[in-house]
Amino acid sequence: MAGELVLLDFWPSPFGMRSRIALAEKGIPYEYREEDLRNKSDLLLQMNPVHKKIPVLIHNGKPVCESVIQVQYIDEVWHDKAPLIPSDPYQRAVARFWVDFIDKKIYELGSKIWKTKGEEQANAKKEFIECLKLLEGELGDKTYFGGESLGYVDVALVPFYSWFYAYEKCGDFSIEAECPKMIAWVKRCMQKESVAKSLPDQEKVYEFILQLKKVFGIE
Amino acid sequence: MAEEVVLLDFWPSPFGMRSRIALAEKGIKYEHKEEDLRNKSALLLQMNPVHKKIPVLIHNGKPVCESLIQVQYIDEVWHDKAPLLPSDPYQKATARFWADYVDKKIYEVGGRVWKTKGEKQATAKKELIETLKLLEKELGDKPYFGGESLGYVDVAFIPFYSWFYALEKCGNFSIEAECPKLIAWAKRCMQKESVAKSLPDQQKVYDFILEMKKHFGIE
Repeated sequence: MAGELVLLDFWPSPFGMRSRIALAEKGIPYEYREEDLRNKSDLLLQMNPVHKKIPVLIHNGKPVCESVIQVQYIDEVWHDKAPLIPSDPYQRAVARFWVDFIDKKIYELGSKIWKTKGEEQANAKKEFIECLKLLEGELGDKTYFGGESLGYVDVALVPFYSWFYAYEKCGDFSIEAECPKMIAWVKRCMQKESVAKSLPDQEKVYEFILQLKKVFGIE
Repeated sequence: MAEEVVLLDFWPSPFGMRSRIALAEKGIKYEHKEEDLRNKSALLLQMNPVHKKIPVLIHNGKPVCESLIQVQYIDEVWHDKAPLLPSDPYQKATARFWADYVDKKIYEVGGRVWKTKGEKQATAKKELIETLKLLEKELGDKPYFGGESLGYVDVAFIPFYSWFYALEKCGNFSIEAECPKLIAWAKRCMQKESVAKSLPDQQKVYDFILEMKKHFGIE
């Protein structure tokens, strides 16, 4: 069932991190290939001709594109260990809803925080915190979004934690001060090897963002 | 499995049409409630507090939001009849990819076709045709994206056919001339009662678009 597994990825990508975590949770060995996004490999262009984006999961030569599709695929193929998605259809629909919410909101708002200034940035920060509070509400008193163990929503959201320090520095605010329960949840996730090994160092991400700001001419 | 199924919807919404088709394919009786989007019902706001959007599927009092999540939920709960998603994980991942592609492209690009003029509209038309041609290629020689029977991608995509006439009139072009295989597929789908009864009349949609253009001050 293992076959040949390759992940085309880019180290700071929260989307790539999702697949890294899922593969690690299931204990599946794979080949990690770092892509230079300014010089995309032939393999990437061949495996994801439609979007030309990472991550791409290649299983026995066949590509699976889009991180949430990859996580579901990994969960379905390696269904014996560490199930991520609930088996009950309603709970599954709820999990999918929150992952979709994260996809619609977190990346875009986070990007606005480091890319903009003044009023635009202030609005982005406000909305970002509102979204995290909504997620805090969904977490409630549970250990993880998935309940007692890491689930689909946890895997979809925790990668963005590696960007929190960068957002905070660029936006001059504290996420922990506003959303302490979220940070507590994050720290619980980071105690898991599958998560800790899949997320880059926050300082490294911040330096990467500073580089991007230079490239894009953003102060 | 006698239950209460309610669909909060808005007649021209391609997203609402997806759930209508899925419910019809499975032969599920439900109550269809038309929403006035300028005056959203208390039920809608209660059932979808996060996005406040239609469609919302309410099953035994519990809401499922987002059309693709609804279609998957319907397929999983009423799994005995007319399966929409493949059972093979790789084929499932492929179907999810193309439904995601439809979600990322068609509504937004189509929106630009009726909302803009001049060069912006020309660009939008070109992009729309490119998108449709890619989908045509994915369809290939199959009667449906799902193979011999209607599948997930068919259900996700066919609703936009009810908007084609409006887009053609607004953009002064013929989709059939550019994508004959796609129109052949659409007509094949329309022969199915579940689809024909779920899509509004194309002229009605065009009249609705003209109203919207007046409302937004677009000529």
